[in-house]
Amino acid sequence: MDYSNKISTQVASVPRSGIRDFFELVQGREDVISLGVGEPDFATPWHIREAAIYSLEKGQTSYTSNLGLLKLRKLISEYVSEFFKVDYSSETDIIVAVGVSEAIDLALRALINPGDEVIYHEPCYVSYSPSIVMAHGVAIPVATTKEDDFALKAEALEKVITPKSRVLMLNFPTNPTGAIAPREDLEKIAALCIKHDLIVLTDEIYSELIYDDEVPHTSIASLPGMKERCILLHGFSKAFAMTGFRLGYACGPAPLIDAMMKIHQYSMLCAPMTSQVAAIEALQNGAKAVAEMKASYHQRRDYMVRRLNEMGIDCHLPGGAFYVFPDIRKFGMKSKEFAMRLLEATDVAAVPGDAFGDSGEGFLRCCYATSMEQIVEAMNRMEQFVESL
Amino acid sequence: MAIDPLLKLLAQKARYTHQELADLLSLSEAEVAAKIVDYEVNGTILGYQTMINPELAGDTQVSAFIEVKLTPERDGGFDRVAMRIAKFDQVDACYLMSGGYDLNVVVIGADLLEVARFVSEKLSTIEGVISTATHFKLKTYKKNGLLYSIDEPEGRLSVAP
Repeated sequence: MDYSNKISTQVASVPRSGIRDFFELVQGREDVISLGVGEPDFATPWHIREAAIYSLEKGQTSYTSNLGLLKLRKLISEYVSEFFKVDYSSETDIIVAVGVSEAIDLALRALINPGDEVIYHEPCYVSYSPSIVMAHGVAIPVATTKEDDFALKAEALEKVITPKSRVLMLNFPTNPTGAIAPREDLEKIAALCIKHDLIVLTDEIYSELIYDDEVPHTSIASLPGMKERCILLHGFSKAFAMTGFRLGYACGPAPLIDAMMKIHQYSMLCAPMTSQVAAIEALQNGAKAVAEMKASYHQRRDYMVRRLNEMGIDCHLPGGAFYVFPDIRKFGMKSKEFAMRLLEATDVAAVPGDAFGDSGEGFLRCCYATSMEQIVEAMNRMEQFVESL
Repeated sequence: MAIDPLLKLLAQKARYTHQELADLLSLSEAEVAAKIVDYEVNGTILGYQTMINPELAGDTQVSAFIEVKLTPERDGGFDRVAMRIAKFDQVDACYLMSGGYDLNVVVIGADLLEVARFVSEKLSTIEGVISTATHFKLKTYKKNGLLYSIDEPEGRLSVAP
């Protein structure tokens, strides 16, 4: 049977993930030191896992409200108010989803009509462009550059805004660059969003993992006039090391959350109750574990950036997340070729930057959520590799 | 006052080299070495020990947790007697407790008899000791923050978005 005409145009038009290709290459090899993961190296803190186990023992295995357990939404409301400085009603403004990934999909499907343009900054998380396309939108990337520390500049954004622009997607701190958004930049971006009537989808999943305590995280949703046009996306995967629990949430104006809920109730129904109970425990008692993990990432970031620069690979100091994004352009190789040769010569895996969009070409993503021993060994091997070039 | 991150790291793993500590803390190796010497001299760092799982090491020693009631003294309360007890080589740990008894003394011996002899001949005969209650340890699950079994978690994917 010819299946090619059985697949929807939208899905068929989405290319294979660059990460998937690289994953398959790495899978075939043994003893690889991987800097290619996108998740914490810590297991979920025990008290959170234990709360999930206890909920299973008690038989808490039913569906929950479509929006998520009210107790969880209340805690999210308190947490978001304190951390992001934005107030949302636990009754109407918050929906619990199966990871921020689902929340992104819900938001895009709820907001976009076919042909609407969605702007996002690149290099970026691999799902943004495909999610836009699968929601029948038109993906409009704005390149960010190393010279700007991969922050999004309002001038660059303004150039791509058209009458068809409907949504701006932001992700600070950024996967894969670790970039953060200075408040001044966000203020200018916010002014443009108001001027052009854009809805902002702001994925702030890494926001606890910002390493300069002098400059706390600023959410664009907290700026004057922005709450009404922002959907703030956050979750438990990164800061609480809960990737496998698949739990995130969206906060926004009630009509938008209600529209997202319409899709969620028919597609997902609700996020798994076990994960929701675990998230309650995380919000109530997880702060200490988050601080300890953050301190450990901080140490490893500083080490990796220093070693890369010492061996002659130009690497800026990223402000957040757990990635560094070194510049390998001076070696005269494309990202893929560099990553492949590095893998073949040293069994160190780092993800080619172009997997995160065209503007990631010439860079590598190295994740430092890996044990210090492995990072030291990986850096030693990379140093030898660079000397051999 | 926040504890020095250097001490936190050493408390987790005493075998960090000075170079590794310097890397983790963005200090020079010389700075790390100097800080450690200071901590050793002023008694902040008491020592460096290796955590050994006695079952795997073939160690058949026995331990007992002994509840000791004491008569407090006019000067110094329990301290003089407690230190006198703590100084015995057989005593692995000695804590002053709130609640139904005064000292919790952890005693280690080659076998049950040796511990029993220590309790009856030494500990309970010390002036000021009113009574003892000995509880033998049967199994260790966790000590000094370390679990005594290694459960390997499922590996992460080697590449993930």
